[in-house]
Amino acid sequence: MGEDVIKAEGLTKVFNHSLVAVDHIDFSVKQGEVFGFLGPNGAGKTTTINMLITILKPTEGEASVLGYSIAREANAVRNIIGVVPQEYTADEDLTGYENILLCADLYGISREISEKRAADLLNLVEMTAFKDKKVQTYSGGMRRRLELACGLVNRPKVLFLDEPTLGLDVQTRTATWEYIRTLKKEFGMTLFMTTHYLEEADSLCDRIAIIDHGKIVVVGSPEELKHGLGGDLITLAIKENEDVTGLIQKVEHVKEVRKEDGTYRIKAEFGEVTTPFIIEALRRKGYTVTKLTLTEPTLNEVYLEYTGRSLRDTEESGEAVFAQRMTVRRARR
Amino acid sequence: MSELNQISKSKLHGLWALTNRELKKWYKAPVVFVLTLVQPVLWLGLLGNALNFSNLVSAGSITFPPDLASQFTVAQLSALNQFFQGLSSQILTGAFGTTSYISFMAVGMIAFTALFTTMFSGMSVVWDRRLGFLNKALSTPVSRAVIILSKVFSATLRSMFQAGIILLIAVPLGFEFGPSFNPLNLLGVFAILFLICMGLSSMFIAINIRSTRIETPMAVVNLLNLPLTFASNAFFPIDRMPSWLQAVASVNPMSYTIDGCRQLLIFNTNYMQLAWDFAIVGIFAAIVTTIGIVLSWRFLNK
Repeated sequence: MGEDVIKAEGLTKVFNHSLVAVDHIDFSVKQGEVFGFLGPNGAGKTTTINMLITILKPTEGEASVLGYSIAREANAVRNIIGVVPQEYTADEDLTGYENILLCADLYGISREISEKRAADLLNLVEMTAFKDKKVQTYSGGMRRRLELACGLVNRPKVLFLDEPTLGLDVQTRTATWEYIRTLKKEFGMTLFMTTHYLEEADSLCDRIAIIDHGKIVVVGSPEELKHGLGGDLITLAIKENEDVTGLIQKVEHVKEVRKEDGTYRIKAEFGEVTTPFIIEALRRKGYTVTKLTLTEPTLNEVYLEYTGRSLRDTEESGEAVFAQRMTVRRARR
Repeated sequence: MSELNQISKSKLHGLWALTNRELKKWYKAPVVFVLTLVQPVLWLGLLGNALNFSNLVSAGSITFPPDLASQFTVAQLSALNQFFQGLSSQILTGAFGTTSYISFMAVGMIAFTALFTTMFSGMSVVWDRRLGFLNKALSTPVSRAVIILSKVFSATLRSMFQAGIILLIAVPLGFEFGPSFNPLNLLGVFAILFLICMGLSSMFIAINIRSTRIETPMAVVNLLNLPLTFASNAFFPIDRMPSWLQAVASVNPMSYTIDGCRQLLIFNTNYMQLAWDFAIVGIFAAIVTTIGIVLSWRFLNK
């Protein structure tokens, strides 16, 4: 832990000399971490990931993966990273097994090694039974698992996942998360992912960066970000008809207390720890708590806090829209 | 650790894998494969017979009117018949370099099947781009040149295979090899076809790799198809064309490819002319392939 696996400094991409897609961003991803990139459409997520996986050249700034510069040592970077793209890139006319071998060939891995690896990977993603079926017969979940296997064929140190569960149903999405957790646990792999689904980021990522208008607006663990909003919301009511605002206020970590129609709305940090202390403080003075709820802020609120609530009508290229439509359509088969 | 993350020694790794990926789409799909074989049969069988110019001047179609025939003895009539037969084969040889029009046009067909296959198979690059495969390949250590070359090679190999099939089919349909033909000449035919296919497919890939819509390359193909086909010596000899068309046909690289193939297959080979054909096609291929690959390369390194 502690070592920076990905490091970006002032990373910038300008398209056609005018459209600033990514604007001087700095961040680092530590060894063994799952790092999530969140942001609205057109915020610069895909542009950032495309620069890190060396298919786009940065206009300005620098980034490195395991110490290799993405601009000057692109081939070294390509050898140690794995990529699971947003789209289903597996060839429809080939079988799952052939697709993995094709990916291995792109890394120059000898047939001897790649055949063994393909068998292992198919096993890992539970696809061995379908390995000789053409990809066109696969369901969305199977396609996603195949993409995952292809992305792992070179035993990458860092795996990049672009919207790994786009268009998948809840069961398949949950299963995909499990695979990702396994990768992290068993292989100690560092993962960099972009996503639209906030509950996905919340349950998978160790740290999250929210990006908007090409700039990183906040970075932190999901917990930190949620606490950053001012903590959890506790609402309670007591039997006695007295004002206990001052009493609650004195409890440690309580930040704000408001009385509304006989219930107290309390903003407090570390809600699950603070709540018992509040109850204890009230009980000691002889008050009886009759009603209590504890709500933790969700990442949704964090996200909206930083990116605003207005709808995004950013223009997207026809190509991007088409690719996304194809992905969703194939996922739903 | 030792077996992983090896920086691959060869700069060309993945070339065969990517080429074979394209070819598999064709030879592993029975319907597509059979259709590509049926198409040349239809062309040769229908077009070859419909456009059979030798029937127009064939002596077999001449019957003497009775009042004319009665003025000659039988021996004189057969001499006359021979005279007309000689005349018609003179006309055919003068125009087409052979008395067999189907041989003349089969060679044109070979070259054009190669052209069409090249043009259409280059379109797969548009799909690779739209479906994300191109980006996936770009994120691996495979060389950018290999990505482009695999497209060029798969188009070229497929075209050459089809050209070979047409030749095989043409033989039972009446294809006549020239007096100086020997089986080694076939290697020459494939060599010149290889050159033209390399050049044309590099050009089409450079166009296609930039287009995000499948309609764009379709329009380009349709635009170029007709002039390349008919402003050439594929179906009709250049020296019998109007002079403005001759000018167009003589800068059409297809004309030289076809003439080269004819020199090797059906004519009494004129080696000077053959060397000239190879030189022109070779230069064309070298220039266009370089431009095509450089343009594609620059696009991929944006």
